[in-house]
Amino acid sequence: MKTLRLSSLTRALVAFVVCALPLSARAQDTDRADSSMTNTPPPTYVIRGAHVVTVSGADIDNATVVISGGRISAVGTNVNAPAGAQVIDASGLWVYPGMIDVGTNMGLAEVPSVGATMDTQELGDMNPNVAAVWAINPSSSHIAVTRVEGVTSVLSMPSGGTISGQAAFINLAGSSPREMAVVPDAALVVNFPALGGGGGFAAFQLAQQGITQDALTTRDRRVDELRRMFRDAEAYGRAQDAYAKDPKSVPRPSTDLKLAALVPYARGERPVVFRAERERDIRGVVRFAEDLKLKPVIIGGSEAGKAAQFLKEHNVPVILDSVLNLPLREDDAYDSLFENASKLQAAGVRFCISTGDSGAHVRDLPFNAGMAAAYGLPKTEALKSVTLYPAQILGVADRVGSVEQGKLANLVVTDGDILEPRTHIRHLFINGRQIPLTSRHTMLYDQFKDRQ
Amino acid sequence: MKRLLTLAIMFAAACAAATAQQRGGQSPAVQDTLIRNATVLTVSHGTLERTDLLLRGGKIAAVGQNLKAPDGARVIDGTGKYVLPGIIDAHSHSMMDGSVNECTRSVTSMVTTRDILNPTAVNIYRELAGGTTAALLLHGSCNSIGGLSTTVKFKWGHPAADFPVLGAPPGIKFALGENPKRSNFNIPGLQPRYPATRMGVEETIRDAFTRARDYKKDWDDYRAATSRGEKNLIPPRRDLELDPLVEILEGKRYVHSHCYRADEILMLINIADEFGFKVRTFQHVLEGYKVAAEIARHGAGASTFTDFWGYKMEAYDAIAYNAAVLVRHGIVTSVNSDSDERARRLNIEAAKTMRYGGLTEEEALKLVTLNPAIQLGIDKRTGSIDVGKDADVVVWSAHPFSVYAHPEQTFVDGELLFDRQADIARRPQLEAERKALEAADANRAPASGGTPPRTPPSVRRAYTDDDDVQDVQEDNQR
Repeated sequence: MKTLRLSSLTRALVAFVVCALPLSARAQDTDRADSSMTNTPPPTYVIRGAHVVTVSGADIDNATVVISGGRISAVGTNVNAPAGAQVIDASGLWVYPGMIDVGTNMGLAEVPSVGATMDTQELGDMNPNVAAVWAINPSSSHIAVTRVEGVTSVLSMPSGGTISGQAAFINLAGSSPREMAVVPDAALVVNFPALGGGGGFAAFQLAQQGITQDALTTRDRRVDELRRMFRDAEAYGRAQDAYAKDPKSVPRPSTDLKLAALVPYARGERPVVFRAERERDIRGVVRFAEDLKLKPVIIGGSEAGKAAQFLKEHNVPVILDSVLNLPLREDDAYDSLFENASKLQAAGVRFCISTGDSGAHVRDLPFNAGMAAAYGLPKTEALKSVTLYPAQILGVADRVGSVEQGKLANLVVTDGDILEPRTHIRHLFINGRQIPLTSRHTMLYDQFKDRQ
Repeated sequence: MKRLLTLAIMFAAACAAATAQQRGGQSPAVQDTLIRNATVLTVSHGTLERTDLLLRGGKIAAVGQNLKAPDGARVIDGTGKYVLPGIIDAHSHSMMDGSVNECTRSVTSMVTTRDILNPTAVNIYRELAGGTTAALLLHGSCNSIGGLSTTVKFKWGHPAADFPVLGAPPGIKFALGENPKRSNFNIPGLQPRYPATRMGVEETIRDAFTRARDYKKDWDDYRAATSRGEKNLIPPRRDLELDPLVEILEGKRYVHSHCYRADEILMLINIADEFGFKVRTFQHVLEGYKVAAEIARHGAGASTFTDFWGYKMEAYDAIAYNAAVLVRHGIVTSVNSDSDERARRLNIEAAKTMRYGGLTEEEALKLVTLNPAIQLGIDKRTGSIDVGKDADVVVWSAHPFSVYAHPEQTFVDGELLFDRQADIARRPQLEAERKALEAADANRAPASGGTPPRTPPSVRRAYTDDDDVQDVQEDNQR
């Protein structure tokens, strides 16, 4: 057990160093035929004549987008095309930023009914030192299936226990997890102790018992344990700092990998994504995080609309991954989850929309946002909820989420509104590299469609 | 049985009372409705712009310009709105009370879904609010040969007896692959059940039809002898398991078979050809695109998901282009939900087939309207906007293939069973009622001094075939 932990620390350090390196300094892997699997210097492209939906600002008609060095180097109507660029005529087409789903297990899950293909849930209750970035399978068939529908980045999260581990913010192209990672340790994932919910046998037991005093006590005890864990990490961080400052007189604190992993989160330096669905649990998370001075994000938020004012006052953002779920209660309005997003938006709460899917159905992200728009969310907000807003909530809006000069060139060229099911994706760029619109699905289609 | 009957009567009485209350004591006759100036997607004969639609006596009475509203008719301004026939879901487990699987043996053709219809299941209402008006209620997929199916319209507010569609051909569920062989259900202490392989599934079905053929012969011989005037013959013993299989052999009962892989689809076609029956629909049929030619030659329909895939091994080769390939092979194809959740947005599932595989709008619209009606044998009554058909229609806020569209009103047999504005108007009253109930002592949380509540009944989530695992776990815990 001990060796295991030590080796993960070593790997963590290596990863940290590698990921901190600039793009150009990456090791050169062997090129593959699939351009998404290469890391040779990205070419220069010019997309011409498109209607550009920047998301961050006004749409620009008949515009040019220049992509070079993996980034968007120019956007506008008066842009000079660099010599030697590959030109893409996009007249009549639309350019969007790639969509972003920050509630997935992408690359950690392949076939849910086959245990051997699942790496989502580690054993044990408190696993802050477990990190998705070590287990994301860059060859998962979900990745290409997802990106060819216009989703270019996701947060891939572990999901077990109370503290599930650390999620990675990845682009959906690359031959290794570190190539894919925009932020390898983007957030800590916590299943906030709740009464009921969560499904499975525990929920069944609870339904049998009713919400008893015992259940309340158990919930409170688990919240206390979680609080103690964060407090210990905060103290551990201070002890380490004190030792680093004055190693001669301060005794060396012994290393604790769990606490070490928690320190940046306990200090509020990085986001903690708390799963909470019910109003009481959402309020509970906000108070808990405020008490500990964390940087909370709520995921789930089925009843967030009921706590909208409270969330606004406390400036806590919500990842809604339940738009298409059935209402929680029999007597909830039939559209209670469809219109949840519009309630948050109207109250000025920061929010975004996610599929909450393990991987196979992340490509449905635009239709989740679209459903919210069918029930009151303004269309422009629906688009932001799957592009700029998730980037802002995860603190990566300086790199992704809109079509702006300097951002990573994660772009989707379509023949219409990107949220509409009848729209077709025509071109795709991730990290400034054009990605073929092929996947396991298109290959099987081509293989069989003409068979007689 | 007696208990069931009593329950059914109680249900019926309660529902009748509820309906009367909803209608404010009005006459039960259905009010006529005129929808004016809408875009009508007829499905059978194209799109009609700026068109009026008259619903009268539960039927579509007229489609045209400048129709006059009969006295007392409800008039709806359809300007900017779209009218689509009610969506038909060819694979549903909605309103089925309790487990949908009689799982104890692999041939359960003696049980019927008709016995477990719950007309008060709230998901019916939610599906009406998503534009779905009819469904094929299928037994679960635990068995090679499962229970009998029921074709229903979602007559929300009516007693259960009003739900089954009169004259709809009877059906039965078959299932192939991982579910009947119980591959994903290795639960400690659970007895394994034959069959455990796809070979065994084939043998189970072959064995059942062999028995059914012999049984049919016994009856045919008996009837022939009786009609020859022979006296004092002893009739063969009735076999409730084999009766439905004889109906299949006689072409009187539709087979709707759950399946995934290409090999098992071919296997059932082979058995059907050998025993001389037709498979009406292959359900799920996620690898149908690999053997579309064989399905077309057999003459079966196909009812699939648009793009639900990868949740188990046999769904790993599923592709979103499946429906398009099946349609292009001339197969009557539908897109179904198998989920109380997805059943609320089958319009979008159909629309996606224009993206995946490039179906035309008309082809895509048929996937959730006319084609499932054909598959269920109810296309003379419903599934398109044609004069004389049942008034099963939905008024949409925008084109139903737009992600931004939602249903405004849903009519079943001309009766307004969902109205978005009325629903919204009712909410404050429901909210007040909920508050009053929560304040009652019995409903206060124990922590705030209320009496602890009694054990609540377990509430089922939306059912999908993959819930089988949980069903078994829960059954074990009971």
